[in-house]
Order: sequence, then structure tokens, then C-alpha cells
Amino acid sequence: MTQANSQASSILRDATKAIAITLTAATLHLTGCAGVTQDASLYRALGGEQGIARLVDRFVEEISYSEDIAPFFADTDPDRFREKLSEQLCNISGGPCEYTGDSMRDSHSGMSISEADFNKTVDLLINVMNKEGVPYPTQNRLLKRLAPMRKDIIYL
Amino acid sequence: MATTTRAATSHSSFRQGLSRIFHRWLFSPGALIRICTLIITAIAMLPIAHAGEGKILAAPGVTQIEGSAGGGLTPWAVLAGYASRDDIAGSVFSSRVGVDDYRLDVWGGALNFYDRVEISVAHQKFDLKQAGAEIRQDIYGAKVRLYGDLIYSEWPQVSTGVQYKRLQDTAIAKAVGAADEEHGTDFYLTASKLHLGAVGGYNLLWSIGVRATKANQLGLLGFGGDKRDRYSAQVEAALAVLLNAHVAVGAEYRQKPDNLGFAEEEDWSDVFIAYFPNKHVNITLAWVDLGDIAGQDNQRGAYLSLTGYLW
Repeated sequence: MTQANSQASSILRDATKAIAITLTAATLHLTGCAGVTQDASLYRALGGEQGIARLVDRFVEEISYSEDIAPFFADTDPDRFREKLSEQLCNISGGPCEYTGDSMRDSHSGMSISEADFNKTVDLLINVMNKEGVPYPTQNRLLKRLAPMRKDIIYL
Repeated sequence: MATTTRAATSHSSFRQGLSRIFHRWLFSPGALIRICTLIITAIAMLPIAHAGEGKILAAPGVTQIEGSAGGGLTPWAVLAGYASRDDIAGSVFSSRVGVDDYRLDVWGGALNFYDRVEISVAHQKFDLKQAGAEIRQDIYGAKVRLYGDLIYSEWPQVSTGVQYKRLQDTAIAKAVGAADEEHGTDFYLTASKLHLGAVGGYNLLWSIGVRATKANQLGLLGFGGDKRDRYSAQVEAALAVLLNAHVAVGAEYRQKPDNLGFAEEEDWSDVFIAYFPNKHVNITLAWVDLGDIAGQDNQRGAYLSLTGYLW
């Protein structure tokens, strides 16, 4: 009787151990990969390299049409801007890119960009995403990654 | 006679509320003329004065029934209108709540100074259908943003506000045993946050606040009472999801004090859908449950509100 009991309890202990190990492994695996899979999914949702290139082209076009925003880009080399913005969007959406441009703070300092200017530019980007057929949830996920940069863009 | 209608389902009470809202003019002719004039003026001014560009669409929320920016029933930390820290925004609103035995008409306006201070004025007209009486009240509100930005700051936006209420018709407040049947002041502190892409890519907004108040049924039944004549803290909360750039759905809860011995005052709640076609207007429809009001139980119905952002 006692033998059976101790046998049962040892099986129980082993089972508990096995479950604990499995859960720990699963957690490690998930946390290890979560960032990567989630990030890559946004990159893919944006249409990868080509999708981002189209977004950036159209964004540059929209900016050039905007009387309020275009002046901020008067001294900007459009080709360099296209390249760096593509890298940045690729990078923050989890794509296989390195952002090699200047920091947000450096590239916007001295420009006195107001909240309203910032917001008009966000609206331009949203328009571009709408025109390119980027689904609303994907737009929000991209905006979420971009939002923390605001403090390094306005009133500098 | 009340008991027969009590069994009404939420669905039919919503329909009844809607029919009551539309029973007469949605907005009183005076208010309608005023609002139309302001909207026409705003449209005429459009080429020279842009609507504020300081926020993304829907970020200012809607207008609550006491005139402050928020949801329909509760004030949020957001300030009325699309003003950024560099400009001033003005808005007007009109709302109507139709429940089983009462109807509330509210209209007013708000100014937002530099996304820091909100000043609001609201006029309420409360119709007691069975008694054939009405109670009018004016509410002057001020709200100050203490910290943050609804979307961009790391922590929630936090604001504090005050609503000074002056009753024009004091007879009913006096009759039901209010300690003060003329005026009262509410104070509130509220925190709100919009999380971009939080729920499967959809934006989630929450707001929670606490109000110190003596007001009975918003103040329409006076302030303080025979049961309690001191300030009490009441919790107010809201949760909403943006289905797309133009449509938000959500729910609100507003705890109420219970100061009067003659009838119980109950907590309020609502489920709403708000539509923001552009940065100039929003329209909100809600199903509201206002509980027992002045002895009439289960006051449920519909809420319809329109806010116009002038500049």
C-alpha cells in the first residue's frame, strides 16, 4: 500500500517536473522568438521590400504636393531620404534591414516642427497607406512603432 | 401603470427611447438655428482657418452630457476639439437622452486653449413627462490637462476639472429634500490613454476618473440631501475600440451618489457608437441605462449627440 503510494507520488512528481520543463521551454521559446515573428509579420503585412518602397515613393510624392510640409524638405536630397526612410520602415517593422541614417533628433533639430506639422505629416502617411490598400490594423501597428519618435521630432 | 412597461427588453426600450428622441424636434428650434449658424460660419471660414491639426481623427472624443469632452456620460482627460499646443479650438454640441419617463436636452459649447485648458458651457433641460414639468440647469466647466498626451506620451493623459452647476428651476429639488436647491460644484480627476494597435491591430481607448460631488441626478434634483449632505467620491470609467479611422464603439459606467431619502439614485451605464466623418463633426448614438430616477425604475433608452468643431 505504502509502496503503491510512493510510486504514485513519484510518478506525480515526475509528471509535474516534465510539465514544468515543457512550460519553461515553451516560454523561453516564445519569448525568444516572439519579437522576431511579430516584427516580421508587420514587415510582411506592409508588403515587404516592394510594399515599403511603394509606400515611401508615394509618401515623398504626397509631401511634395503639401504646401505646409514640403518646405521642411527643401534642403533634403529626395533619393537619400527615400533610401533612409525605406531602411527605417523595414527595420522597425522587423524586416532584414539596418537603419544607417541620422538619429531622429539630429535630423529634425533646428526645424521647429510643430505638433500641427507633425500631425499633418502623419495624416499624409495615413492617406498613403489608405491609397496603397494597407489594412487599418496594419496601419495602427506601424503607427505604434513610429509614435515613440514624436518626442525626437517636434519643437527642436 | 409603471410595472407593465418594466418588462420591456433592452431592445424595445432602446427603440422606445429612439422614438422619444425623434418624437419632437431632435434639437429645439433655437438650438438648431444657433448650431446651423455656427456650422455655416465655420464652413465659410474653412479656407482661412483650418480645423485644428493637433490630433488624429477622433482623438478629442465626444461631448458628455455636462458639456465636457469625454464620452457621453463621463468626462475624459482629453480636451474638446483638435487644438494643438499652438492654437485654440471651438466646438458646439447638442445632445438628447430619451428614457422611459424623462427626456434630457443639452446644448452648449467649449473652447480649448492650447490643448491645456478647456472652458465649457452647457444648458440642460430635463423633461418630466408624466408630471408635465421641466427642470433647467446651467453648467460651467473648466478642465486643465496636467500631464501627457492621449496617444504619444508613455503614461496616460491626466486632467482635472470642475463643473459649477446652477439650477434655474429649484422647486422640485426643494420638494424632494435637497440640502441645496440652487447650486453645487463637482470636482474630478481623470486619466485616459489610447493604445495604438493594441487589440489585434485595433486602437483601444480607456479612461478612468473619480468625481467628488454632492449633485443629485447631475444636480437636476439639487445638491446633497436628507440622507447625506457631504461630498462623496464616485468612479467613472469608459472603454472603447476604434473599428476604423471613423468609427468607435464602447461602453461607459458612471457611479452615482445616493443622497436623497425619497428615492434611490442608481449608477449609470451606456453602450455607444460614435462616428467621425471628418475633423469637423461627430455623431454619437448610445443605449443608456440610467437606473431608477426619482422613484421611476429602470429608466433605459437612447442617447443621440452631435458635436461640431468650428475651428
